[in-house]
Amino acid sequence: MSILEVKNVGKRFGGLQALSDVNLSVAENSVHAIIGPNGAGKSTLLNCLVGKLIPDTGSVMFDGQSVLGRKPYEINQMGISRVFQTPEIFGDLTVMENMLIPCLAKRDGAFQLNGWSRVVGQRDMIDKAEEMLRDMNMIDKRHMPAASMSRGDKRRLEIAMCLAQDPRLLLLDEPTAGMARADTNNTIDLLKQIKDERDITIAIIEHDMHVVFSLAERITVLAQGTPLVEDTPDRIKGHPKVREAYLGESQDAA
Amino acid sequence: MFGLEKRDTLLLGVVVVLTLFAPFILNPFPADSGLAQFNAGYPDLMQRFVIFGIFAIGFNILFGLTGYLSFGHAAFLGVGSYSAVWMFKLLSYNVVPALVLAVIMAGLFSALIGFISLRRSGIYFSILTLAFAQMSFNLAYSVLTPITNGETGLQIYTSDPQYLQSVDAPSFPNLFGAAMNSSTTLFFGGWTFTFSVGYYFCAIFLILAFYLAIRIFRSPFGMMLRAVKSNQQRMNYTGLNTRPYTLAAFVISGMYAGLAGGLLAAMDPLAGAERMQWTASGEVVLMTILGGAGTLIGPVLGAGFIKYFENIFAKINDNVLHGWFAFMPDGIEDAMVAIIHPFVGKGWHLTLGLLFMLVVIFLPGGLVEGGQRLGRVFRRKDKNAGSVEADAAQRRSEAAE
Amino acid sequence: MDAILLQILNGLDKGSAYALIALGLTLIFGTLGVVNFAHGALFMIGAFCSVTLQRILTLSVETIDETKKDFLGNPLKVKTPYVEQWFGPETGQAIIDWSVPLAILFAIPVMLLIGFIMERGLIKHFYKRPHADQILVTFGLAIVLQEVVKYFYGANPIPTPAPQAFVGSFDFAPLLGLDTSLAYPYWRLVYFGFSTLIIAAVFAFLQFTTFGMVVRAGMADRETVGLLGIDIDRRFTIMFGIAAAVAGLAGVMYAPINSPNYHMGMDFLVLSFVVVVVGGMGSLPGAVLAGFLLGILESLASMNEIKSIIYGIDQIIIYVVAIVILLVRPRGLMGRRGVMEE
Repeated sequence: MSILEVKNVGKRFGGLQALSDVNLSVAENSVHAIIGPNGAGKSTLLNCLVGKLIPDTGSVMFDGQSVLGRKPYEINQMGISRVFQTPEIFGDLTVMENMLIPCLAKRDGAFQLNGWSRVVGQRDMIDKAEEMLRDMNMIDKRHMPAASMSRGDKRRLEIAMCLAQDPRLLLLDEPTAGMARADTNNTIDLLKQIKDERDITIAIIEHDMHVVFSLAERITVLAQGTPLVEDTPDRIKGHPKVREAYLGESQDAA
Repeated sequence: MFGLEKRDTLLLGVVVVLTLFAPFILNPFPADSGLAQFNAGYPDLMQRFVIFGIFAIGFNILFGLTGYLSFGHAAFLGVGSYSAVWMFKLLSYNVVPALVLAVIMAGLFSALIGFISLRRSGIYFSILTLAFAQMSFNLAYSVLTPITNGETGLQIYTSDPQYLQSVDAPSFPNLFGAAMNSSTTLFFGGWTFTFSVGYYFCAIFLILAFYLAIRIFRSPFGMMLRAVKSNQQRMNYTGLNTRPYTLAAFVISGMYAGLAGGLLAAMDPLAGAERMQWTASGEVVLMTILGGAGTLIGPVLGAGFIKYFENIFAKINDNVLHGWFAFMPDGIEDAMVAIIHPFVGKGWHLTLGLLFMLVVIFLPGGLVEGGQRLGRVFRRKDKNAGSVEADAAQRRSEAAE
Repeated sequence: MDAILLQILNGLDKGSAYALIALGLTLIFGTLGVVNFAHGALFMIGAFCSVTLQRILTLSVETIDETKKDFLGNPLKVKTPYVEQWFGPETGQAIIDWSVPLAILFAIPVMLLIGFIMERGLIKHFYKRPHADQILVTFGLAIVLQEVVKYFYGANPIPTPAPQAFVGSFDFAPLLGLDTSLAYPYWRLVYFGFSTLIIAAVFAFLQFTTFGMVVRAGMADRETVGLLGIDIDRRFTIMFGIAAAVAGLAGVMYAPINSPNYHMGMDFLVLSFVVVVVGGMGSLPGAVLAGFLLGILESLASMNEIKSIIYGIDQIIIYVVAIVILLVRPRGLMGRRGVMEE
């Protein structure tokens, strides 16, 4: 049973065909990685899934409903959460407030004019947020401004914020980019834990093969805006086309 | 108490005490002493303190929380004033319908302007609000003369219908008979204290406005507004629609401005286009940042500060200056007077402009932050100094780093 | 028909001023990323450069003229400007007469200097501050500049005549084969020509010099240019100086059209912002196009025929059009995607 169906998606920027004829099917409760050399169109594809870009052709169905033409916040409310390459959190707010916001967004929807009720009165939301923070080992940081945390902590906070919404699909855009090895491994462990504990589908865009092969159940290789192959990690490893695409890249780079 | 945290209750208590005892607090000098010129405890000025305090509190809900810098809020103040005066003209001098209409009209007007301006953010938004304010000024000044009475300004004539005005009611804005310009004076030794109906009427609104602002600041809605300022991208990807949040903040602050405008008209039943000029919008921006944008008490402090010094500076002329520096040798005395002269009297705007720059450059957190810095210096002496607003400023300064 | 033509012509000079101010605003915004609320004040200072030069040139020495007597038979005191004493009465008179065009030479170094000082002393420190702070500090600066000018020159407008040679009007009617007269003041023609020249010079400068190329690259992508290792700081300063000079020159030549007063900068600033927004933030051709367009539109709306339909429409037409354009094309007429999107 697939939760995300991408069919014949194409996107053109001026003279550049960023995506052409992309077909992708992500099975429910799986971890699906999308890999590919630089400029393969990974980020463009991701942006088409979350409503930041609208593809020129094709369709994107999430759980049987089209996401095309919907705003990012509407798509999020459908159950897709996104983790950014550089952590996007509310830097001026405390860690606790960062956690409360997605909890409230899940409960109250896209807009709520509750100027008279009190944050401290939202006991159930606070409990939920504290529980999430405890799971992430960040409870002692709850009064810190989020911007003052380390990069690894910001990443974990962002993932926790996404999880607080109980999304059905979690999209990760190079979640370990620019991270030290230890932080990368921590993130991998965290994602593994999430996968084991929750009914959640994870789609991950990644450059780091170590991350991809430790997590993914299926891998789609994207090159020049088109899916090259889609298979299990073991078979992707030795696939001649994949080697060619990556070798090609390294030759270009040299 | 009142559904507030302890420190917020304390803050509210401070504001209540300050406003209710303002006639005493602001008149510390005996009426016949040389320092009496620094007294501020007369009704006209005190009314301006609280009215502009309300204006700034409202502006802060938009600017302080969401970070959207509007340069057009004076337009809503003007709309409030015009609406109130029209109620006086058509119905009666009772202030209740006047204030109700002022708030409603300002709300509608700000909803319209906000709806268009908020399609853009950042600089674009500031410029759009600025353009709207200038357009509103032009509308009031010339285009809509039948409604606004153009450059003369809207005022009340004996020929106005005033359908509900009863014969024995005062012919001045009043609350069910209590005229806004009536007052009692208390003489105590060399001191004189004036208690004006109008001032206390406004003061009650200031307290209510302040209380509402605290509620908004501490509500989930207020938290979302701060989230707008912090990271709109994350908000959108957290399933939150930022547009209605910003629009709601815009309209709420517009209604505050309308209330302030209505109160201005209630204290003095006039409305003129100059109230809508964008320099007037600039003034409320200054009040807010001078006091401390994003803090609760800041805008009130800023409004009081600006209005007080505006009033004092306007009164200082060369004679007063010579009086001050009389103890110095003649040459130095004249030099001092010559140096200070451009900044006082009619030069208030120059001082205002300089103040604007100095605050933005050196004290972006405003007086509240300044107080905290001082508090940190004297921390050993008084651990609690300035701690009421500490977390807001703390967050800001850390985020800035 | 003639009336419409005349109004279009009338709109050109105001449009030129809008275009020049908007051009400077866009240059500063595009390169430095700063919105300069003090830009209108620079225009105003330019206009007061004209006033100042006129005052300097008419500085007079008092002499006793024995040939002229007052009614008591005492010799009259006569004031003679120094320039007349030095260069003889005729040349001296001509110099005074031409003080406004001469003020261009006077204004260029003055405006460049003011621009450099502003950028080095103030704006520079605000590149990394939030936009709100930039707006606020330049707004404060605008008030200060305006009040300083008011302190020295007073609150009343100061008439600053154009040279005698340009007093009077040019009749376009014969040229266009019209029967009625279509008189257009010479000075406004001069102003239009002058503005066109400046605009052309700015574009040529950006198009054909290495410096201009860097600036254009910077406007397209500021971060990349920073990576090139080009000394951006110095170029920013120069850019700011140039933008200040453009605004100042627009003001110098505008003085005879509208007697300078201390708040003229603010009046023009708001409209120039609207021009920038309508033209498309960050687009130089957009700024020029929108400047002329809105100037002409405002002028057309001030025709009595139109004002009799909607009273006072000339006061608000620009804003109304701006709102409509922004609703239809949120990026403005020639705005690019990605400029000021977030």
